[in-house]
Amino acid sequence: MSQSNSEMPFWMDALLLPFLNIMTAFVVMVGIFLVIGVDPVEAGEILLFGAFGYGEGIGYTLYYMTNFVFTGLAVAVAFHAGLFNIGGEGQAYLGGLGAGLVCLLLAEWLPGLLVIPIAILGAALFGAAWAYIPAYLQAYRGSHIVITTIMFNFLAASLMVYLMVNVLNDPSKMSPESVTFPDSVWLPQMHELFAMFGVEIESSPLNVSIFLALLASVFVWIFIWYTRWGYQLRTTGSNASAAIYAGIKPPRVIVLSMCISGALAGMVGVNEILGVNHRLMLDFHVGYGFAGIAVALMGRNHPIGIILAALLFGVLSQGGQELAFEMSNITRDIVVVMQGLVILFCGALEFMYRPWLMKLYLASKGENNAQEVTS
Amino acid sequence: MTDWFEVILLTFDATLRVSAPLVLAALAGLFSERAGVVDIGLEGKMLAGAFMAAAVASLTGSAWLGLVAAIGVSILLALLHGFACITHRGNQVVSGVAINILASGLTMVIGLYLFNQGGQTPSLINDARFLSIELPGVELLSGIPYLGTIYKELISGHNALVYVAFAMVPVTYWVIYKTRFGLRLRAVGENPNAVDTAGISVSRQRYLAVICCGVLCGVAGAYISTAHNAQFVRDMTAGQGFIALAALIFGKWRPVSVMMACLLFGFLDALAVRLQGVVLPVIGEVPVQLIEALPYILTVILLAGFIGRAVAPKASGIPYVKER
Repeated sequence: MSQSNSEMPFWMDALLLPFLNIMTAFVVMVGIFLVIGVDPVEAGEILLFGAFGYGEGIGYTLYYMTNFVFTGLAVAVAFHAGLFNIGGEGQAYLGGLGAGLVCLLLAEWLPGLLVIPIAILGAALFGAAWAYIPAYLQAYRGSHIVITTIMFNFLAASLMVYLMVNVLNDPSKMSPESVTFPDSVWLPQMHELFAMFGVEIESSPLNVSIFLALLASVFVWIFIWYTRWGYQLRTTGSNASAAIYAGIKPPRVIVLSMCISGALAGMVGVNEILGVNHRLMLDFHVGYGFAGIAVALMGRNHPIGIILAALLFGVLSQGGQELAFEMSNITRDIVVVMQGLVILFCGALEFMYRPWLMKLYLASKGENNAQEVTS
Repeated sequence: MTDWFEVILLTFDATLRVSAPLVLAALAGLFSERAGVVDIGLEGKMLAGAFMAAAVASLTGSAWLGLVAAIGVSILLALLHGFACITHRGNQVVSGVAINILASGLTMVIGLYLFNQGGQTPSLINDARFLSIELPGVELLSGIPYLGTIYKELISGHNALVYVAFAMVPVTYWVIYKTRFGLRLRAVGENPNAVDTAGISVSRQRYLAVICCGVLCGVAGAYISTAHNAQFVRDMTAGQGFIALAALIFGKWRPVSVMMACLLFGFLDALAVRLQGVVLPVIGEVPVQLIEALPYILTVILLAGFIGRAVAPKASGIPYVKER
């Protein structure tokens, strides 16, 4: 193996490298700001103020973060099994459909406290089902999961357009969306929750889904590192043929991990449909599935890393919105550019600085050794 | 009778026009994937190409300059993909995703900066577009029933890039199967170790392949904004890069089969437009979304091994590491 693949201390690999990557993305972003005639310092100030400066902004940041945690975890679980789930977009879309269908069908008959858990389950089931087919095809028919999950993203989009235009739409509205759910099934938003305890905070779309995201993180952490299924999953991911000798059946592991991955991605639907929009609509999921790939990569597929990376993406989303709002020559597309740069430098060019850092590290170590020898 | 003849003819005519960018993009993917570099960034490269073509064409008034600019920006993105996947052995899928997202965002940001029309380019007129060309002999053959009409409607009367697209099929076939370059290109996609042992640089060969990919994606993008339409609008490639990817797999990475797959998917698209709101006997109204989704469904079924087998080049998606 070449030098660049040998060991580096943990802090270099998990902290310094991602930091350098993010800095590179920021430098390029500053370059783009300069080209289009925006003062990068002012833009940075607006971005940070928008994300952290006031209650509503923080709420939005954490609300976006919730979605990124779900899709990041989804990609990470599949990654541990050696699979690339690029279908988070479609699974999130279908998750929303699952949650929405439950609400449309049951909300009138059952009390909200009963419907909400069923709807969350519905989101998980629909997301998992949409991941199950590509997983089955990969496990038992040998088709490539990257391609099938891409195809399933488009299939999800077609299916949703069909349903929202022809079947589930509210005839009294012009746009393709369903009727608004009765408010008994709305997930409590954070400002309502705080108000119950007598604390006033600014209203924002942030809702209790964020607790669900944190729970999911804990679940993934325990599942991957402290259960036999997680062990099987990691074994299959690192060496499938060794796993077979150990009595593990990779096809079953593939299906299991993809279903969990799909269910996690489907949780985006809970945050968006149950927590914020309170009705079924089109395109509530756009971009979260793809961003999840970057979140998982940056977070080194560990829940703690994923939460931090998701926070960064939340900041970029909310701060970028604020930027588009404050500056006339910037639109919300700037968020897309920032996400793209982060995915490029933290994902695709993840190891750009590695050989260079490695050389630096070995040189410093060599020096230390040399000093020890002489003294 | 003649009515039906005309409807069918017009549908086929539309099929050719819709298929042309698919053919170009799918052949682009063929160059890249045959050399072992998976490219899901076809969409992004096309989109960037479409933007540059429309932007340069509207600034200079020349469609050909637009085409050159489109090819240029597409090659740059292809080289970025190469830099990430070949030089730094990054994940090829992630790199493709990054290029798609970057293209989607940057085209709008730069478009807004340049033209101040919400990210669109101004509408293109006359020389800033590729207009239809009348092939010689249309008058001569117009007397012959059916054949004359077929020649006039179907063969003649397209813009230059349609002919370029379909001419690229035999060219690609020749390059891939009949030249030394093509042999080496296929070899780095199947067994890079052997190529390396023979003293040929795997990296160099793969870089050349992604440059070919960039050129064709650029042409496809220019076609979409300056030939098929007359301006650039938000995300105007609308998933055609992914349909091309599906066609590439459906055609099992072989030029002629890939073209056939593109024609099939293009035909479905043309059919979907034609069947919008039409109530057929027996079946009733066919949901347009179903026809639009058919390319993806067919590809999934093919990949599942139900219609033949699609076997990817052996080394595709795997970065080459020189063993020490």
